Parts: sequence; structure tokens; C-alpha cells
Amino acid sequence: MSRYIATRALRGANSLVSEAEVMLQKALQEKGPETPVSFPNTAYYLPTISGMTGINVETLGQLKEVLGQARTLLHPLPSENHWTPYLGETLDSGMATLLAAETIEAVRFVYGLQPEACPGFLLAGGTSYGPEDGKDHLNGPIDDIQLRSWGIQLVDGRMPGFAAIVGCAKSNAVAVKLVRELQRRNILTFLSGNVNGRSIIHQLQEEGVELGYDTYTVPFGTDTLSAIYALGFATRSALTFGGLKPGMAHEILLYNKERVFAFVLALGEVDDLKYAAAAGAINYGFPVIADTVIPEILPTGVTTYEHVVSMPFDEIAGKDDLDKAEQLIQKCIEVRGVKVKVSNVDVPVPYGSAFEGEVVRKADLRVEFGGKHSRCFEFLHMAKLDEVTDGKVEIVGPNFSGVAAQGSMDLGIVAKVAGRQMQADFEPVLERQIHYFVNGASGIQHIGQRDITWIRVSNVAAEKGFDLEHFGKILHARFHEDFGAIVDKVEVMIVTDPKGHTEWLEKARAAYDFRNKRLADLTDDKVDEFYSCTLCQSFAPNHVCVVSPERLGLCGAYNWLDCKASYSINPTGPNQPIKLGKLQDFVKGYWEGTNEYARIGSHGAVQEVSMYSIMENPMTACGCFECIVMLIPEANGVMVVSREDTAMTPAGMTFSTLAGIAGGGLQTPGVMGVGKFYLISPKFISADGGFKRVIWMSSVLKESMADEFKAVCEREGDPDLLDKIADERNVTEVEDLLAWLEAHNHPALVMDPMF
Amino acid sequence: MAKKREIHEYSSDPAAQQMLARAEELGIQTAFTRADDMAPCNIGGAGMCCKQCGMGPCRLTKDGQVGICGATIDTIQARNLARAIAAGAAAHSDHGRDMAFLLKATANNEAEGYFIRDIAKLRIVAGYYDIPTEGRSPEEIANDLADLYIAQYGQQRGEAAPIRRAPKKRQELWRAQGVVPRGVDREIVETLHRTHIGDDQDLEHILEHAIRTALADGWGGSMMATDISDILFGTPAPILGQANLGVIKENMVNVVVHGHEPSLSEMIVAASQDPEIIEYAKAAGAQGINLSGICCTANEILMRQGIPAAGNFLHQELAIMTGAVEAMIVDVQCIMQALVSLATNFHTKIITTSPKVRLKGATHIEFDEHKALTIAKQILKVAIDNFKERDRSKTQIPQIKEDLIPGFSNEYINYMLGGSYRGSFRPLNDAIMSGRIRGVAAVVGCNNPRSSQDYLHNKVTKDLLKQDVLIVQTGCGAIAAAKLGLMLGEAGLSEVGPGLREICETVGIPPVLHMGSCVDNTRILTVLTQMVAEGGLGDDIDQIPAVGLAPEWMSEKALVIGAYCVASGAYVIFGGASPVSGMPDRVADSDLVQKYISQGWEERYGGKLDFILDPDEMVKVALEHIDKKRAALGLPEYNPEAFGRSGDARMRNLEALPLEERRKAIYGTAAD
Repeated sequence: MSRYIATRALRGANSLVSEAEVMLQKALQEKGPETPVSFPNTAYYLPTISGMTGINVETLGQLKEVLGQARTLLHPLPSENHWTPYLGETLDSGMATLLAAETIEAVRFVYGLQPEACPGFLLAGGTSYGPEDGKDHLNGPIDDIQLRSWGIQLVDGRMPGFAAIVGCAKSNAVAVKLVRELQRRNILTFLSGNVNGRSIIHQLQEEGVELGYDTYTVPFGTDTLSAIYALGFATRSALTFGGLKPGMAHEILLYNKERVFAFVLALGEVDDLKYAAAAGAINYGFPVIADTVIPEILPTGVTTYEHVVSMPFDEIAGKDDLDKAEQLIQKCIEVRGVKVKVSNVDVPVPYGSAFEGEVVRKADLRVEFGGKHSRCFEFLHMAKLDEVTDGKVEIVGPNFSGVAAQGSMDLGIVAKVAGRQMQADFEPVLERQIHYFVNGASGIQHIGQRDITWIRVSNVAAEKGFDLEHFGKILHARFHEDFGAIVDKVEVMIVTDPKGHTEWLEKARAAYDFRNKRLADLTDDKVDEFYSCTLCQSFAPNHVCVVSPERLGLCGAYNWLDCKASYSINPTGPNQPIKLGKLQDFVKGYWEGTNEYARIGSHGAVQEVSMYSIMENPMTACGCFECIVMLIPEANGVMVVSREDTAMTPAGMTFSTLAGIAGGGLQTPGVMGVGKFYLISPKFISADGGFKRVIWMSSVLKESMADEFKAVCEREGDPDLLDKIADERNVTEVEDLLAWLEAHNHPALVMDPMF
Repeated sequence: MAKKREIHEYSSDPAAQQMLARAEELGIQTAFTRADDMAPCNIGGAGMCCKQCGMGPCRLTKDGQVGICGATIDTIQARNLARAIAAGAAAHSDHGRDMAFLLKATANNEAEGYFIRDIAKLRIVAGYYDIPTEGRSPEEIANDLADLYIAQYGQQRGEAAPIRRAPKKRQELWRAQGVVPRGVDREIVETLHRTHIGDDQDLEHILEHAIRTALADGWGGSMMATDISDILFGTPAPILGQANLGVIKENMVNVVVHGHEPSLSEMIVAASQDPEIIEYAKAAGAQGINLSGICCTANEILMRQGIPAAGNFLHQELAIMTGAVEAMIVDVQCIMQALVSLATNFHTKIITTSPKVRLKGATHIEFDEHKALTIAKQILKVAIDNFKERDRSKTQIPQIKEDLIPGFSNEYINYMLGGSYRGSFRPLNDAIMSGRIRGVAAVVGCNNPRSSQDYLHNKVTKDLLKQDVLIVQTGCGAIAAAKLGLMLGEAGLSEVGPGLREICETVGIPPVLHMGSCVDNTRILTVLTQMVAEGGLGDDIDQIPAVGLAPEWMSEKALVIGAYCVASGAYVIFGGASPVSGMPDRVADSDLVQKYISQGWEERYGGKLDFILDPDEMVKVALEHIDKKRAALGLPEYNPEAFGRSGDARMRNLEALPLEERRKAIYGTAAD
């Protein structure tokens, strides 16, 4: 801090705490102390308050104690002369500001004033608030579902951090540029605040920039207070992935300093409240960068690098405002030490994984490949080094200039790769990357894989000159960048010519079949090593995944082949082979090697791990699991809750609450976080009876994987099993569940007791 | 006879100069003039005089000469130095013992007016020694801690308990060297035994035990004294205070407390705020009671209560010379016998209070912690009764004083660098590692009338500040810097190099941190230990780019402090004369001990003790040492050019502009 900043932050903190006290007093009188308060879809109560004070607020009355604590953290302003030190005092007051801000937002939720109304606004994916989802309001706090689904990207570094932007940019064009620069680097962007009533959210809205979960840019609210949601998100990261408990304030803050690469970007005038909130953020190790003149604090310590940096927009060296905006983002990244990997892909549209979630709507569509009206496939195969011309992109057939607007055509993407370390087993691993790589281009939407691929190109992208050859350029660049250790040469052929298309599609289908068989043959008993996955140990220090051919990682992102490829790419990386050694119990899945690894990998937190049981030494979880499997003792079976399901479950808890039990690297018999494809594995809790134990499942899962489950039911010798499994549409209480199971004659009822 | 000096050569403090002129006017002798009259004995000064037995004294002044018993010069010097260190350790540690008994009495509700103020610190300290704290009352914990601390004095075997608070590597080094102290009293007694006629007569062996004795103080008696003072009177935190003779007030009953122990002075503070006493003072025609301090008693109540300091050691006579002091209340250490006869020129009453210290001719009102408040009030009433005796014609108070912000305990330093949630030494270590702070210097110690008062202290301090060296101070040295305004936030903007300025501005600290009284030098050991624990500056104290300086040392306590700092790994530079200098220009090998406490100790402990007269040389050597340690840690070379960009200056300039210009300058073109 400096005395100037301390003075303003302390003033801001003192007045905000007073304001919160008045608001709370009024709410207590009008609504009563027993009135429930909560943020949507989170198991972490009011997360900043819970993390920092250990108070799990459920009613308005509890907020009095919170503000009592906030008040004790306040300090008087430093004197004009002969001042006493102010750094510690300002940081404490910053914390008081955060407690007061979250209190105010909680009270606003009680009054229906959050999420903030914004008529005409449409969220591109956001927190679920019920039927009017995403329309006419901003996002408010991020829910646990999204936190967890971003989890794997945050932990494996694909999403290198988050930016909390507060205020209003110099112009709309600058606002768009800033956000695009962040998206290009896959940095999650949270938007809040305003300057004289105008917010960057307004600016982006006017420019038609899609805001929401899907585009990595989340509009919290147009006032400064809503920036508290960024810190709530940060606090929950530590609780969810770091295994920390509410009230472990010091550890939560240090976790964020060391592992969560976030920063605050203040656009426009910085007022007292912004200074105060920034002082709160610095407690988390998050530096503050301003585009106006404010005193700079360059010494380090509370943050890893500089604490406060001023980069007055007009003083930035750059040829125009857009260039300056780029420099500004560059500086932010430097100050926080964010490790960014920028893909330099030579395409005429913006490129980065922030664009992966973009949707191309019918109205914006130039041309599509696949879907209802055409066929599209993608196929990657390896060849000898001398058979591949690196960088060659060949178009076989016409391009899409002749296709009518919103029309469709057949397309095949055939990638031929070669490399000394390349193996046939890696072909499907690499092929699956095409989805992510193509999706990274702004204005291009990619869905599906293999011969059910469906690609859309938007008008904007086509106008900027995006053409078929760019698919090839993207693949060439990205395969080299991400898989350079195993791929030396990449050649791409884009086929639209009908004859060639048919020929190649047949070749591809033969290969898909071959690979399916190979995968089906690849069972746990046929290999002598599994793989560890410690990708998320930067976030969940004591958690380890053991990945076997029949049990993929709980995040759903890494199967055994992926791990094998990853080990080839980076032999000292997060995926290490685990020599199985002596088999101890094949039913429950114990090997000498896996147990030993669990002990070492978890730093002693876990002594043994069973690969196939939920009841005995189940595998732990970080926080990024796709679903939770949990024992329902009364029903002698398990329920499976999807991450996307916000409804109540027969266990009396929602996914968010359950996740608190399943995550953090803790071994809890009867509860397990898993990847959804593990559900269809023959080894799915095979020690406890397998898939027949599933007595309840979120409908979203049931429907999205209906075909796969049908096959599993056949395999288990009970083809109608899926219909016997209840879901939230018909059952949310245990009593009803038992009645349902009786009525449908579910096999679990007559199986051996689970414990 | 030495040359008579000019007044400005006596002291660099203008308030002192005024009073010295006044003394001349009144024809009164002071320590300053007596120093002129009394040339130091050159043989004793060189450590070459042995008075250990009745066969002597033996004065050794020739090559190869030995004492009657055959003792060589180096044996005699080593024995003299060891005895001085033992005496210093005895003084500090005995102070600690009294504090431990006071804690015991307080825990058992037998000490009138005392209570446990800092329960948090009590629990932390108890935690060092595995004293159970959960579910126990502060009194129960304090009773156990007091018992443990009292036992440290008489402990005969094993290791003194506070040793475990040093860095692990340092503890191992002490064990390897065989210098881990057993008990405080045992080490001091053994020093006296070993230095008796016909005992230990090997300089290295004698000095090895001197180190062990010093450690029994630094990581024993003194450390315990600081702990208990904080527990009973509160751990210091920044507070506005004042220093220099100008704090003495014309229309009030002026009471000056002088000496070292906070136990009495804290009670005097409490009593002086008692309505009954204030009324009593008003009834005597005064506006109230004005309390101030001299020496380390001043530091104790300055850093905790903001009670002003009238001055440091050499101000004790000068305060009386104002003619406005009704009573000077003294306890132990550094109290000049000259006060009594000086006071006869004025109305001032000298009141001794310690059962250990009496001055012939002074009033004695013995302090007893069991009825402390009652005695404190009784003493104040004596002072108030004396107010009517003040002779206004003889009153002359220099209107010179300066504000300061003292109170930098290691606990507060930890807090100030990150607040309740993120407090740590990380920002300090970072600042040193980056080179914003080149290194840290502790400038501590006494006043010595042989040199100009405060001059060496402040010269060294100011020069080091310009070189981006952060300074911590205790004792009389601290009051010297305070009088010069170096303990204010403003000095952190104007008196320092560019990197240190950034740190001062970031944290809001003065560039010179007041860490307490001389017994509180252990706080510096704790800070150094915490810096090691924080990481990045090596794994032991001797690797930190830091130095200790005592430019105006004079007491035996200074020697024990120097010795335990060396044993802890610090480079310590004393100004003034060395007590073991020998006469190497005339007598060969008469500087063996001098060399040994420098090179010999450095080989063993990584720290060393040098005596350097010239302040420029002191600064040069200190910086060389700091840079050497930086290089050994692989830190970047000190480069002031690299820093100084952050801070308020630009903002404040822009804010002074007219509104429109200001808006444009700060916010640029406004958002659309």
C-alpha cells in the first residue's frame, strides 16, 4: 500500500461496513432473523464469509456476527503527519470490505435484487435460477457446477487463471479487444463495476459480444460489490480442490496466492470502494492493475509480484487504442505471473480455447458440414515419416463458396501424422483432439467426433476469410504445439469431392471398427501397468487418480490411452506408469503397485485404494468429477448424480452438497466421484455388484448416454434395467424410491447386502 | 589530562548543548566534563592490567612480560573480557529473574496492580515449551511458565529451554561447539570461577565459556525478560511518542523514571493516571503530573504507553539541570552516582527503589511488587510534595523535542507486513532478495561521553539509510535516532535510498524501527530467526545480509549483547575503544584476543566482533559485509537505480492540479 491508497481504502472499508450494517438492520426488521439466505447452487454457503470466518451463514440473523467481525478488522485512516504503519491495517480493512460486500449481496438475494436485472440481456450459459434462466438478468455468483466443470481446465493449466475486470473501458472497441485478448489466452474473465453508471458489461452488450459461461466471460453485475463473486469463486477453488475447510482463512488465501493465477483489472476511475475491495483482493495474492494513474506499489511479498500497477491508458506505447489494450493485458499477465500458452494459429479469426463453447446459431450460419443434411467425418492415421509432407494442406474437391447461405455440404478431414515416438494406440487420442482444436476458432462450432462430426461456420468467420484450408492449418499448428513430443510431421487433406469422400469414409469406418475392438480387448487384466494422474495436484495436493483401461479418470478427460500418450509426451509429467506388481485381490482391485502408489502419491493421506469398490477404500476425488456415486443404504444400491443436475436427490442433498463429501482427496466409503464413462465399464463397482446396483440416476445422464446404458443392461443380462432405475422426475425421497424399486422389481432389492 | 572540548563536541544534540552551556554557567560538572578530566588508563584500557589477586595488580607493558603467576597478556585480556561479559549477563538476566518472580506473583494474584495483559503472547510462549494451554486459565499457564523460567536460572544440567527457539542449524552448531548453556546462574558462576587466580589460562577456552555465558543471557535471561514484559504489560505496537528534554513541562510535576525495569515504571504510569494522584498534584498548584523516562525505562513505557522519553543515558544529568524535575525515580543499571550531588544544586529528589541499588544521599523507597501500586502512589506523592520547592529562577527547559513512532515488536513487524490474515516476513525477505533493501543493520547500544553524544549513532544510521539499509534499534541508540526525527514515517520518504523508500512507503514505517530497550535485543534475534524460517535468505542467521553496530558502547551489558549476537551468527561492530585492544604497536602479540574474537569467532560461529573508531570505516565495512552475504546467497548485486518508481508522489502532484486538468491527467480521456 501507500498512504494514499491506505487512506482511500480505509475510508471505503469503513463506509461499506457501516452501509452493510444499516442494510442488515433494515432486513432483520423487515424479514426477520430466521429468513434463509444463500447463493444459488452452492454447498459453500456465502463462500467468502464461510472460508474466511468459518461461519456457515444460513439465516439473516447470522450475518450480524459476520459484520461484528468485519468491524473489528477496521482501522482509522492514517494521519497526515507522523503516521503509524498502515499496510497490515489496510489489508485487514480490505478483508472487512469483502465480508461486508458479501453480506450486502446476500441481503440483496433476500430482496430479489440479485442476480441484477438487465432487460434484454441473454446469458450464453450461466447460473441456473429456474424457468427464466439466463434472460433479462446478469449472472450473479458462479455456481458449484460450473466451478467443477472448469475445474480440470483450471488444474491442468489450460485455463491459466482469471481476470476480475471492474469498471468501464475507454471505448467499446477497447472493451471488446480486452476481452478478446483474455479469451485468446483462455483466461476466465469476470465482469463487474461501472464508472459513472457505465459498465464494461454495457459496452460488450452493445457490441454484441456473447457473455456467459460458454464464452469464459461472466457478467457478475454492474456495481463494484458484485466483484465479491470473483473472490467467492477463488475461495471455493481452495475449498473444492484444495481440501481446505471453512475458517482456514490463512491457508485458503495462501492457496490462492500460490495456485490461482488471478488479477484485478480496474478500468477507469478508482473510487474509495474499489480501493477497499482491491485491498481485500490483495489478501488473496491477487494484484491490481489500473488503466488510470494510481500510486504504484511495486515491492512484492503479499502478492508474488507487484501489488499495484498503474498503466495509464493514454501513456501506453501503442499505435492505436486496440494495440494499447493488448499491451495492457500483456502487463496484467506479467504482473500475476500467469503462465499462458498462446497458440499461434494462422487463421483469419480470433483463436483460443475460450471460443470452444461458442455456439453458431442458425441465423448466423454460413455453411454447415454434417448434421441432418450432409455427412462429415474426421480421421487421423499414422504413416511413415517419408510418407508425410509436413504442413501440406490439400483440398480435394470444391470449397464452400458455391454453397447457398445456411446450406450444407459433405466434408472429410483426414490427418496423416508421423513421428518416431508415434504409436498406433495414440491415433484415437490425437483424433479426439480435433474437436477441441477446431472449436478454438472464433465463429466455428464443432460437435461430435468420428463420422458423426458436425461443423458450422458462421457468417462472420466466412466474411473474415475463413476457408476449408484453415481446418488444416489449425490441426498442423496445434498438433505440433501440444503433441510435438510424439508428432514430427502433420499433413491434412480436406475432402469434399463426393467420390473421394465416400472412399475415405469407408477407410475411416474400417479403422474405427478396428479401434473399437482394440479398446474392447483392452482390459485391466491384459496390461501390467496402470497410470497415475496427478494433473490436479496443483489444486488438490493429496488426491491421486489411478487410471486403468477399464476405469478412466474421474474428470472424464483422461483415459488409460490418454495417460499413456501423455507419458510419452512428457516422461516426468503428471501421468506416470504404475507397475502393478503382485495381484492381491482381483475382485476388489488391489495390487501391490497401486497401493504403494496411493500411499506415496497422496503423501500418506490414503493407505490403500480399491479399484472396483465403493465400499472399501474407494478412490479419492479432487473436485472435478463428472458424477457422484453414493450408497443409498435403504435401497441396497447406489444413486448416480450428474454434475449438471441441480435438483434434490433421494440422499436429501443436492450435487453441490454431496460434492463437499466426495472431493478434497478424502476417502469416504459409500461416496465416490467418477467420470461418467466409468459407469458403462464392466469394472464399474464390480466388487459391489456392478451396474445392477444403480437404483437412481439423474435424468440428464440417463438420456444423454441412453445407447451406452442400453448396451450395459444387455451385458448385465437385464435388458430393461434402465427403465427400473428411478430419476429425479419421479423420485426425490427415499420412501418413494423404495416404492418405485418394488413396483419395478429392481434387481438390487434381492442382491446381497452391500455392507 | 585530556583536552577540554567545546560544547558542540560533547553532544550533537542541541537540547544537550543548551543544558551543557547551562552547566558551565552554573559551574556544575557532568559526565561530559569529567570525561575530559579523566584520561582513561591506557594499560587497563588495553586489557593488560590484571587485578585478580593480591599479588598484583600486574601491569604488563613489555614484550613477553607475564604476571607474577605467569599469566600472559592474552590470558589476562580474555579473563577481563569474560568477566565483563559475565557481569553484563548478570545484569540483564537478573532483571529477567525479577520479571519471572513478578509473573509468578501475578499468576497467583499476589502482585497488586499487575495482571496478564497479553494472553495471546502468553499462549504462544507457553507453546514453545509444550506447556499445555487448552482449557486452562491464563493464570495457570502463567504459573507454569514462571516456574519454568525461574528454573532456568538454577538449572544445572541439560539445555536452557529457550535455546530451542533458535534456527535448527544454529542449535546444532552450538551443540557441536559445546556452548549450549545449562542454566543462567551456573554459566555466570563458572565464568567467575574460571577467571579466578590459577584457573583457566587458555584464551580460547576462556572465551568459549564467555560465549556460553552470553548465550545464557541472549537466549535465556534477556529473552525471558522480554517475554514476560510483553505478557504483563502488552506486546508493543506502533504508537505516537516524543523524545528529548522538551518533554519536561513547566507547569506540571515532572517525574523522570530512569533505569531499566518496566515493573516499577509501569506502576508509576498507572499511579500517575489515578484521579486521586492528579487531584493531589493540582492541590499542590501544578496542572498535573508529567511523566517521562531516561534510558531503557524510558523505552519500556514509551513503546507501550507512549510516555515521552526525556533522553538517553547522557541525558540523566541534563534532565535534572532543567531545574524542573521534582523527582528522578531510579531502579537498576546505568544510574550515575553523580545524580545525588548534582541534585543538591536543585530541588530534585533522587529516589532509589531497588533492593539492589542504593545511592548514598538519595531517598530510598523500596519497591515491592506485592504492593506496587501503593508504593508507586507514595513515590509520586513525594514528588508532588516537592513541587513547591522548585526554584523558578533556576528553571530552564530546552524547547526541543521530536515525535517518534516506536513499538516495533517482532509480533507487530509480522503483522505490519500482511495484516491479520497474511502476516509474515515474506515482504521483508522479498525486499532484501530483490535488493530494494540492501541489508538490515541493528544500530544499538549506549552513549559514551568519550565521543560526541549521539553523533556516531546518527552518522552511521543516516549513512546506512542512504544505502538502502533498513535499521532496527534498541536502547539508548534508539533514543538518539528518535531525537533526530528518524523514527517517523516522513524520514522513510526523505532520508533513505530509493528502494528502502518504496518499502517504507508501502508499509508506512519509519526507516529506523524502534524495537525496545537493551534487554529487548532478543527481539532482533527472534526477527532474524523468523527471517530464516520464512525462506530465501539461507538456513541460518549468519547467512542473512545483516550487521550489528554499537557505535557508542560503554557498558558491560553491551559486551554481552555483542557476544551473544556473534554466537548467533551476526557480524558486530563496536565503535570506540576495545577493552582488549592491547598495544600491538609497542607490545608484540598483545592483540591475540582482539584477533581471536574477530577471526577466531568467525570461524566458529560465522559472526565476529570488531572495534572500529571511524564512522565512515564502520559504514564501509558494514556494507562490505552485507554485500558479501548477498553474493553468497546468490542475490542480485545492490543497484539503487533499479528501484524507486512506486509510491504516492505522482498522484499527490496530480491531485494538486485544478479539477479539469486533474481529471484528464489521472483518468485520461473519460470513458464513453
